[in-house]
Amino acid sequence: MSIESEVSLDGKKLTIAIKGRFDFSSHQTFRDAYERFYKVPESYVVDLKETTYMDSSALGMLLLLRDHAGGEESEVQVINTNPDVRKILAISNFDKLFDIN
Amino acid sequence: MSALAPAVEPLTILIAEDSAADLLLLSTIVRRQGHQVLTATNGEEAVELFARERPQLVLMDAIMPVMDGLTAARWIKQLAGEELVPIIFLTSLRESAALAECLDAGGDDFLPKPYNQLILAAKINAMDRLRRLQATMLQQRDQIARHHDHLLHEQRVAKAVFDKVAHSGCINAAPNIRYLQSPYALFNGDLLLAAYTPSGDMHVLLGDFTGHGLPAAVGAMPLAEVFYGMTAKGYGLAQILREMNAKLKRILPVDMFCCATLLCLSTQRRVVEVWNGGMPEGYVHEVASGRRTPLQPRHLPLGVLSAEAFDDRTQVWPMALGDRVFLLSDGVLDTADANDQLFGVERLQQVLPPTVSPTGSSTTSSAPWRLFAVRRGTMSVWWKSSCNPGSRCVRPGCCMPTAARHARSIGR
Repeated sequence: MSIESEVSLDGKKLTIAIKGRFDFSSHQTFRDAYERFYKVPESYVVDLKETTYMDSSALGMLLLLRDHAGGEESEVQVINTNPDVRKILAISNFDKLFDIN
Repeated sequence: MSALAPAVEPLTILIAEDSAADLLLLSTIVRRQGHQVLTATNGEEAVELFARERPQLVLMDAIMPVMDGLTAARWIKQLAGEELVPIIFLTSLRESAALAECLDAGGDDFLPKPYNQLILAAKINAMDRLRRLQATMLQQRDQIARHHDHLLHEQRVAKAVFDKVAHSGCINAAPNIRYLQSPYALFNGDLLLAAYTPSGDMHVLLGDFTGHGLPAAVGAMPLAEVFYGMTAKGYGLAQILREMNAKLKRILPVDMFCCATLLCLSTQRRVVEVWNGGMPEGYVHEVASGRRTPLQPRHLPLGVLSAEAFDDRTQVWPMALGDRVFLLSDGVLDTADANDQLFGVERLQQVLPPTVSPTGSSTTSSAPWRLFAVRRGTMSVWWKSSCNPGSRCVRPGCCMPTAARHARSIGR
């Protein structure tokens, strides 16, 4: 598992890419990925292109990010979801909270 | 560090040597290095002295009268037990076989004759490092074991309280519920509750908290209290759901929530009312037509949304005599075999009761309904009033449904 985060040139968008398993063991790394930027970006993108597995604690981490990004007013996109991940997001109805594609 | 410098921590060293001259020479060298010395002139004396004084390191001549060094080394290692007491053999032996025998007997190193002070000091220090490493490791192992025992004890106490709260309903008394629970740990995030309403309907909740262990179980306590309290007072699903959601939202950390299916089974109205937030699809199995209606997850789990955003809409399905509701948590689908193949929805469909009604006794049972649910981590419910040999149930010692049996057999 590795997590990389990158701010867009204008500083408005933070992209977090998760490689490998996205589960309980990624907790601290995932938090560090968005908490270490002192300037708060306007929107967030979670890139799951290389994510192989996701469990319910990963869903919890997405909720933490959403809360950090402003809760109801937050703008969090989840992109490049594979069919397995989409199934997990669909069962939990997380498409009602996040912009998923 | 210079080899002749005094050792960091003075040791008690046993020297076993039958030559008086060598014994004197070695004792002088070792004392000068700052250690305490005990002396023996044969193997038997060495073993006795070791048992009495428990020195930390032994210098042992291989060939001695009465009892040789090899035999003495075996005894000393046995007496030392788990503790590492390094034995350095003092030897003029040159053949590989004889040297190897010294190591086989429990020796840790050799010192060839004639003795070199520098080498001796360095070897004593090196062996002392190993000895301390082993001692630290044993100490930490014991500490971990103590902590583990303590934790288990705490969990057992907490579990007893938890069971009192969680199992105060009719889950084990109701004749129409069958369930199978195979927990991943003493505590897990799963919860199965059932209780009668004042009007005789039955409420059933199958819940699954994020994570497992104590943190997951902590959230289950208030959930169970709300469920039993409000069911007994005659509240409907919508109000109970709102209260549970609000309570969990208030007390749980942001990243924790509870996937749940809540049912209200009415024998008078012959319907089941369903709310599914984040649980895998369950099914209503219609015996007459053989049709299986999926109970899809239409909502976010409990504890995620604010009261304003929470959606308490339920769905209602008709249920005839003999119909069943089948619920499961994700553990059933996520149970993997040795090749990491998940059990999955398709296999589940295959082991569920046949979709075409069999002409047999199973449909003519006197029970109004059956409901059952399975879970790796956990549990299953199945409604049916009595078990006849031709039908399937999960009562211990009775027959068992293929689904449950399969889920179990591909588990651990």
